Amino acid sequence: MNVKALILWLLLAAPLWAQGFAGLGGGAEGFATPSPGTVLEFPADHGPHPDFRIEWWYLTANLRGADGRDYGVQWTLFRTALAPGEAEGWQSPQLWMGHAALTTPERHFVAERLARGGVGQAGAQAAPFEVWVDEWRMAGPDVSEIALTANGADFGYDLNLSADGPLIPQGAGGYSVKSAGGQASHYYSQPFYRVAGTLHLPEGSVSVSGQGWLDREWSSQPLEATQEGWDWISLHLDEGAKLMGFQLRQSDGTTYTSGTWIGADGRAEPFGDGALRMTPVERAAVAGRDLPVGWRVELPGRGLDVTLRALNPESWMDTLFPYWEGPVRVGGSHPGRGYLEMTGY
Amino acid sequence: MRRATLSAMLSHWLRHPLQLGSLLLGLALATALWSGVQAINAEARASYARAAQMLGQDRFAQLVPRDGQRFDQSVFVALRRAGWQVSPVLEGALQTDGQQLRVLGLDPLSAPAGSAPQTVTGRGDLPGFLTPPGQGYAAPQTVRALAGQPGLPRLIASDDVLPGLLITDIGIAQGLLEASGQVSRLILAPEQPRRRAPLAAIAPGLTQRPPQARADIAALTDSFHLNLTAFGLLSFAVGLFIVHGAIGLAFEQRRPMFRTLRALGVPLRSLIGLLMAEVLILALIAGLAGVALGYGIAAALLPDVAATLRGLYGAALPGTLSLRPAWWAGGLGIAVIGAGAAAGQSLWRLAHLPPLAPAQPRAWARASARGLWRQGAAALGLGLAAFGLAVFGSGLVAGFALLGALLLAAALALPGILALGLGVAERAAKGVLAQWFWADTRQQLPGLSLALMALLLALAANIGVGTMVSSFRLTFLGWLDQRLVAELYVTARDEEEAARLRQWLAPRVEAVLPVWSIEAPVAGAPAQIYGVADHATYRDHWPLLDALPGVWDRLAAGEAVLINEQMARRAGLGPGDALTLPGANGALIVAGVYSDYGNPHGEALLGQGLFTTLYPQAPRLRHALRLPPEEAPALARALVREFGLPAGNIRDQAAIKAVSVQVFDRTFTVTAALNVLTLGVAGLAMLTSLLTLAGMRLPQLAPVWALGLTRAHLARLELLRALMLAALTMVLAVPVGLLLAWALLAVVNVAAFGWRLPMFTFPADWLRLGALALLAGGLAALWPALRLARMAPADLLKVFAHER
Repeated sequence: MNVKALILWLLLAAPLWAQGFAGLGGGAEGFATPSPGTVLEFPADHGPHPDFRIEWWYLTANLRGADGRDYGVQWTLFRTALAPGEAEGWQSPQLWMGHAALTTPERHFVAERLARGGVGQAGAQAAPFEVWVDEWRMAGPDVSEIALTANGADFGYDLNLSADGPLIPQGAGGYSVKSAGGQASHYYSQPFYRVAGTLHLPEGSVSVSGQGWLDREWSSQPLEATQEGWDWISLHLDEGAKLMGFQLRQSDGTTYTSGTWIGADGRAEPFGDGALRMTPVERAAVAGRDLPVGWRVELPGRGLDVTLRALNPESWMDTLFPYWEGPVRVGGSHPGRGYLEMTGY
Repeated sequence: MRRATLSAMLSHWLRHPLQLGSLLLGLALATALWSGVQAINAEARASYARAAQMLGQDRFAQLVPRDGQRFDQSVFVALRRAGWQVSPVLEGALQTDGQQLRVLGLDPLSAPAGSAPQTVTGRGDLPGFLTPPGQGYAAPQTVRALAGQPGLPRLIASDDVLPGLLITDIGIAQGLLEASGQVSRLILAPEQPRRRAPLAAIAPGLTQRPPQARADIAALTDSFHLNLTAFGLLSFAVGLFIVHGAIGLAFEQRRPMFRTLRALGVPLRSLIGLLMAEVLILALIAGLAGVALGYGIAAALLPDVAATLRGLYGAALPGTLSLRPAWWAGGLGIAVIGAGAAAGQSLWRLAHLPPLAPAQPRAWARASARGLWRQGAAALGLGLAAFGLAVFGSGLVAGFALLGALLLAAALALPGILALGLGVAERAAKGVLAQWFWADTRQQLPGLSLALMALLLALAANIGVGTMVSSFRLTFLGWLDQRLVAELYVTARDEEEAARLRQWLAPRVEAVLPVWSIEAPVAGAPAQIYGVADHATYRDHWPLLDALPGVWDRLAAGEAVLINEQMARRAGLGPGDALTLPGANGALIVAGVYSDYGNPHGEALLGQGLFTTLYPQAPRLRHALRLPPEEAPALARALVREFGLPAGNIRDQAAIKAVSVQVFDRTFTVTAALNVLTLGVAGLAMLTSLLTLAGMRLPQLAPVWALGLTRAHLARLELLRALMLAALTMVLAVPVGLLLAWALLAVVNVAAFGWRLPMFTFPADWLRLGALALLAGGLAALWPALRLARMAPADLLKVFAHER
């Protein structure tokens, strides 16, 4: 039992993730709620939205090293508010949680940072764009050119990301519906990063290059009480197109699916519940749980039928709030690579 | 049959209620002293465990400000943003209505696991903790004391928080302490990321302090507890002698009954079984009473112990006692084991005596006379064992075994030595009455010997523990004198200020002595290296245990080093040996070893010149000032005025010493109270023995009375005899007590803590103790003597009429 158990309690009570915890879809008194008519405004929306209860800056990258090996990198900063709004100093109701991971075919490194807002230890600002917790930073002049750094006890990375495509609003103009009941979040992505940089591993440093994907999402009440967890994918297909998709698993065994097909030219085509089919094809025992680490993903409207295989099935995020997140190889009708996230197992 | 046997046996106690009372009282008192001391120790240790859980007590390395001042929390943020996993702590005193409250503010999000007491972190709601008015965790009694005070966070009682402390969120603490944006220190998490900027580049005002396994002063409190434990053991031994005496007497007196019962066909086995059951029941009753009594003793003494430890440790011990099952059970167990040990000899004798052995009290005396030789032999054997343990033994167990062997040998040897002395006196005596007096004393000796042994042990324990505690006090004060020779100690906040300080002080004081030090490994263990000026302050006061001639000249010349006793013992170094210091080209000569009580770490002293040559990077901030003591307060004020130095940077020697003396005098209160109790127990043993003997001795006294001695004269002789025996025992107790003190100081203490306490003797205390012993002996004899003086002549006459 430690200090962090307190936070666990808090995070369980705050609907950051769907974890099969009854009452997650509870009230959000005082917090702003996403509304369908909202028009995203940049660069302001790259910054924080303290009136909403939760928010994240979520970056994943599929990389190949100069040594010919595949790597994956994750950098996430979560914001969660005890109360709406911002205040100076320790009185700030904003709490921050950073997750960093580096995945190799054999190993999966994880680090986690917790911080309070108001004193400068962690925060986010739109322009010039910077999101940080401790020495971890995602910063650029703006979102199209960013430097990314994170460290753990036994790993670290320094990457430069440069976008060669537009920002992609998810759902209807950035209003992403999460349930049949209408729960939603504001959600946009930058899936067109070219990435170059260095990974620091216990054995030494490796130069890498590859593709990156940034997700920005904020809400106050994103999930139904009956939703137990989600499976989320972001795929870079070799032909240049991208696919974002997720399914929310409901307690009655049904799922709610959604996603966006992003053409190589940056044209986004959202699709609603039922269009995407995700079926587990391979399971593995990871961290004492039974997890689907191989998936069949079908999007009949696009003639897509691919199989996802984890680069490292042990990509378990052993954080305060554990989940699975790691790079995948994509085979089948549209080969490529991407990231898979699974919560609530 | 069994029931009839049992009722026959128990009828003895009905006819001798006093004996029953003394047996129960002796066992209860022994258990009480033992469990009382255990209770005090257990309570104190439990509090240490809690204290250790407190932030900054030990477990984590910390970043602390060089100037001892609070600093801006932007330093914390800058360090975090440079990769340092640190967590801010704000500490301060808050004057509330009536009492001072220590406030500890922390940030639960960045605090490493285990840095706050469990109940603080294991329950409750984070939003409530972080959001004003916040939550304050405090000990239940602190919560009660603070009830209704305005301006405090919502108070939550927690048993894991030390009294007088309030743990709350750092933001709330900043508000309470009016220290907006301020931080006292930073906790360094055990796990740090692989890349970090150097500390000096980010926060030059902070310095890293390694985790401290235990605070320096904790070694002294450990020693204090060891003393108490040893005392508890001695008290118990004294009590056991009483029990042994009472049980032995009861067996002897019932011997005619045993003979009759055996003759009537009661098997030996069932007789012994019944006797064992009897002892067990008595032990349980007395044990329960003893534990309750021990609780009372502990509860009465604990406030003093708490005060002592608060002074020593700076952390509060609750002044109240909680009932711990461990010592309830322990107390009962020790009572049963003690009674069993005390009864063992009697049972053994019962099992081996022929069933129809003569059953007169005189037989006991003769048997005991034979036993005297056995006892003497056992004493000799134990004495040799103690000697062997002292010479060849090592470690704490051997130390305690030595104590036990020593005490038992002395106790067993006592009757033999007394008998020899009385025999000599008898032969030297002129006149019939004197000869009868000595012969009669010798005749009484077996019956009194157990009580006298108890008295011997009590007196020896008094002398031994008293000598040890007093030596301890003197030594500690001497150590303070050594460490605090100078009248004032001043620490500058930076090098530039230090230089200005030296310049400003030079014309105002007799001497400005630098106290510069650096931490470095010496002889394979972390140690503190000091540079000291060549000054009378050191030449005259530094307590050298062992040194080469001209030690201070050698030190000043930069060719030698002084080391403390801890380093000397650990590294096996002595004067004349060579020692290479880190950074030095060649080896230096160890010119001397000095005592350094209470310091668990190694230490080395260099001449100032050599020190600055070897360690130019060492901070040169601390200075000791010599000046007439009466001018010290004015200078301290002037320093604050001229330099704005915080109060914590100026230390006044007189104030520190005054506090220390106070602390040790409280320690005395506890040991003095235990001393009086033990002596009281021994006095009681004598009283019960004399009372029992009084009844048995009538056949011996009646003829003397019949020959013309008055009852009053006889009573005076009885009193005189008791006083003489007490005095003889006291004389014998002095060397035993000194040996005991020596064993505690030179063997047990070294084994436990790695340093030896010098022994100081206090003959004036012995005189006082001797008077007390005479008083105890006299008081014990007074009642039986008075009874004799007022005894109806008819009772004395009956002796001649009765068939015994």
